[in-house]
Amino acid sequence: MKATFQPLGDQAVVVQFGSTMSLEAYQQVRRVALILENNPIPGMVEYIPAYTTITIFYNPQELYDWYQKHVGKEREEELDSLYQVICNLIREQLNQATIESTGVERTIEIPVCYGGELGPDLPDVAALNRLTEQEVIDIHVGGDYLVYMIGFAPGFPYIGGMSEQIAAPRRKSPRLSIPAGSVGIAGKQTGIYPMETPGGWQIIGRTPVRLFRPEDDPPSLLQAGDRVRFYPISMEEYRAFEEGSS
Amino acid sequence: MSIRVIRPGLLTSVQDLGRYGFQKHGVIVSGVMDPLAHRIANMLVGNGETEATLEMTLKGPTLEFQEDSLISICGGDLAPSVEGVPVPLWKPVFLKKGCVLDFGACRSGTRAYLAIAGGWNVPIVMNSRSTYLRAGIGGYQGRALKAGDELNTGERPQLGVQIAKRLSSQSAQTSFTAAEWGVAQEMLPNYTSAPVIRAIRGNQYDWFTEESRVAFYSEPYKVTPQSDRMGYRLDGPILELTEQIELISEAVAFGSVQVPAEGKPIVLLADRQTTGGYPKIAQIATVDLPLIAQTKPGDLIRFAEISREEAEWLLLVRENEIRQLRTGILLKNA
Repeated sequence: MKATFQPLGDQAVVVQFGSTMSLEAYQQVRRVALILENNPIPGMVEYIPAYTTITIFYNPQELYDWYQKHVGKEREEELDSLYQVICNLIREQLNQATIESTGVERTIEIPVCYGGELGPDLPDVAALNRLTEQEVIDIHVGGDYLVYMIGFAPGFPYIGGMSEQIAAPRRKSPRLSIPAGSVGIAGKQTGIYPMETPGGWQIIGRTPVRLFRPEDDPPSLLQAGDRVRFYPISMEEYRAFEEGSS
Repeated sequence: MSIRVIRPGLLTSVQDLGRYGFQKHGVIVSGVMDPLAHRIANMLVGNGETEATLEMTLKGPTLEFQEDSLISICGGDLAPSVEGVPVPLWKPVFLKKGCVLDFGACRSGTRAYLAIAGGWNVPIVMNSRSTYLRAGIGGYQGRALKAGDELNTGERPQLGVQIAKRLSSQSAQTSFTAAEWGVAQEMLPNYTSAPVIRAIRGNQYDWFTEESRVAFYSEPYKVTPQSDRMGYRLDGPILELTEQIELISEAVAFGSVQVPAEGKPIVLLADRQTTGGYPKIAQIATVDLPLIAQTKPGDLIRFAEISREEAEWLLLVRENEIRQLRTGILLKNA
């Protein structure tokens, strides 16, 4: 799959792999992220991986200074646009670098108390798919999930791999406030709200596990590339978990 | 301690140049809305540009200084004064212990930045002192300032000590002394309620109808009251796609202009989310971000298209001016 490059203003480059969500696009994005993590590019500030893109932010002045010092004098030619300079650096890096290991794949287990007050949209998701609530829970628990990206809010995982049997569109009118830990469905994706925010996903349950941990490094429990398994817990277990961790 | 907050103003928070490196975890950048004013304010008191300043919005605070302080105020004019005497902007100012600095309503721009020699000393969270208001982290206890809050400063840098020493020797009687020198008039940003904002094409520019593309760059857009540090919602001609295409969520940046289905553009600013799924018609040139950050609801914005190369060039020219200013301040106070 070939990478295409586009500018995002005068301080960032979007590297894109195809135009549809796919496991292959995800793996390409992941590869670039791993390379950049271990081999930062001159002037690079940070990067944001998404489903089919990875966006690399750079400091134009730093990049310019680096270019003047290392390239400009040798070539004795006019500076290309900084965008071209950064694109070339990224291309070189991607061509040269080899990834020794993609790291150990982690599987994170997430306890979820499904339905009831904590999962107000479970009945709707069941009705929409002509299933019982218990069937929706079983299918959600039975899935093999992959975190494709973290976005929207700190530590919010966009999780792929959910069965289409329990897919559901976003709610027509978003809720003004969704409690932290809420587990939701949007289309074929599932996700977890790490903090209280407005949102439009269908909420089927809640986890007592904290996803956003500003005191830790990294501050997010889940990372892109993690495998996730959900397991059901009762309301009593949910409460006990909450008390135990506070 | 160094200052006590008597009145907090409308929205006063501790900010620096932003929290970078954590966007891949979904943690937003935050930081100042007007990076130019913030950087210059720090330079004028001898600080590094990454020190924290106080960002004050529309109606500023009243602050009591509990020790001799070297400050500077840059950005919008929120009518700062001490004992009824106006305090000039874009200059180093020496305040004597016990001074009460009072801000009023804004006369130009929207946000002012108060730098103090040594910087505002709040804990560093994820590499930054910026307040992330929604998550309640960073800055002063993760929130906007309230009456009664007390803020400390860090250790004064050598350059700040020099500047303060000179000014204090001139201030026998008055409670504050402004330097005779400051930022050159030519370098001051032209904050206006009807700015022309230069922008380059967004990556989904071609998704919009010809009519919408023309309208965006020719008609004025009004800043609506639904505008805050996260983004400005604009009102003006509706922008339409040629066909309904779903954008797969991808990264956004400071100054991305995205267009939701209803067709009214939103300019993403300091507290933007890390990723977004709306098509982007434009991206504001970095040099013009301060101009839009200093507008307020009711102001009228026009967009002018420039090339990416021009945006890059303008940015390097601006950085060069900032370097010259930094060198000038050093030489003057060596």
